[in-house]
Amino acid sequence: MPGEAMLPPRPRRERAVVSFRSTFDAMEAERLCGEAGVPGRIIPLPVEITAECGLAWAMPEGAGPREAFMAAVEGSLVPEGIYTLAL
Amino acid sequence: MIYLNNAATTIQKPPEVARAVIEAMAGAGSSSRGASADDLAAARAVAGTRSRLARLIGFDHPERVAFTLNATMALNTAIFGLLRPGDHVITTDFEHNSVLRPLNELSRRGAIELDHLPADASGRLRMEELDGLFRPGTRAVVATHASNLTGAVTDAAALARAAHSHGALFILDASQSLGCLPVDMGAIGADVLCFTGHKALMGPQGTGGLVVSPQVELAPLVHGGTGVKSAEPFQPESYPEHLEAGTMNAQGLAGLSAALDYLLALGVERVAEHEEGLRRRFLDGLRGLPAIVYGEHDGHPHTGVVALNLAGLDSSAVADRLAYEHGVATRAGLHCAPRMHAALGTLDRGAVRFSFGWYTTAADVDAALEALDAIAREVA
Repeated sequence: MPGEAMLPPRPRRERAVVSFRSTFDAMEAERLCGEAGVPGRIIPLPVEITAECGLAWAMPEGAGPREAFMAAVEGSLVPEGIYTLAL
Repeated sequence: MIYLNNAATTIQKPPEVARAVIEAMAGAGSSSRGASADDLAAARAVAGTRSRLARLIGFDHPERVAFTLNATMALNTAIFGLLRPGDHVITTDFEHNSVLRPLNELSRRGAIELDHLPADASGRLRMEELDGLFRPGTRAVVATHASNLTGAVTDAAALARAAHSHGALFILDASQSLGCLPVDMGAIGADVLCFTGHKALMGPQGTGGLVVSPQVELAPLVHGGTGVKSAEPFQPESYPEHLEAGTMNAQGLAGLSAALDYLLALGVERVAEHEEGLRRRFLDGLRGLPAIVYGEHDGHPHTGVVALNLAGLDSSAVADRLAYEHGVATRAGLHCAPRMHAALGTLDRGAVRFSFGWYTTAADVDAALEALDAIAREVA
């Protein structure tokens, strides 16, 4: 909005970012992670990553969340890639 | 109005369908074109609809459920995307123009050669002639699961087996069956299944699609934005985006999703049983009337459809009187099924089609019978 003050920059944190082959897979991952209580949310695909789908799953970096994510989606979908990014 | 034109579209839907559409109108953004809460709501609606549709037909690859505007667009996608110059194709006399016209167009262009499995004068498909139609270059059999004119159900599994035994693919038009007959894509052996959302599935118009087996690759019919792989110059190879260019009908698909929830909870078998009961009641009631009923064979499976003519009357005159004097909506004419009418000998006068749905009642059927009786008495 004109005249609106810009928010101060948010501190960047290391996140594990999962890319997908299709929007359907991204939505499935969101649903499965929601059911399994895996922390995180869908974000626009960061420009650092090239992937089929424009959506990605971002979650706290660490072995725990990564394992929880893979367990949640196992048998339903295969992520295109998992990256560590400062977001 | 008593609406007995459910083979064209269902007017009465589960109330959840309209609610879902309205909610999506108020809160759904653009599927696959953003990660805001509103855009994700649209993406969730579309993805959920894929999963429900796949579950309804026992299909394990929901990402290969691609949505289109209707069954016609789905059939065009399958036919133009699969067939190559020099291919030979077998279809049937039961087909709707949504199958016949794209095939005729390819034939007119000289791209394919086309044969039709004939229906006899009683409206029965001459399955015994099927094997003789195959040639070394036969690429596909394209057939409906049920005649939209008589409701006679085809032996889709036998058509698929024959196609596969000759190295051909089987494209199934499930427009007249999905939602009112149990459909198991794997058990039938369909390589591509095309459907509409607004008939027996009881979803909104503007929804439909095709389900593509993993071993089948189709060239897309429509090319454009998908929200994914935007730097690529061509349509992505990954499904469903491969066959889905342009903004999705998220509101319509939200409605279809609600309809699928309703049907999955209800069980399509119950719909089939209900419609068969209505059809039997209607046929029983017709016995005392001067009606010529088409395509009825004892023991042969049917959808909830009956086609007839009253002796001495044009089909459009009967349908008009049913609607405007008795409040009963039917469909007269040729029903976009010219070859079936030719087989039955009704190309000149058409037929009056009564088609029942999940919300049709026995009282509706009785009212239709009374109306037919009144019309028949007046002209006797």
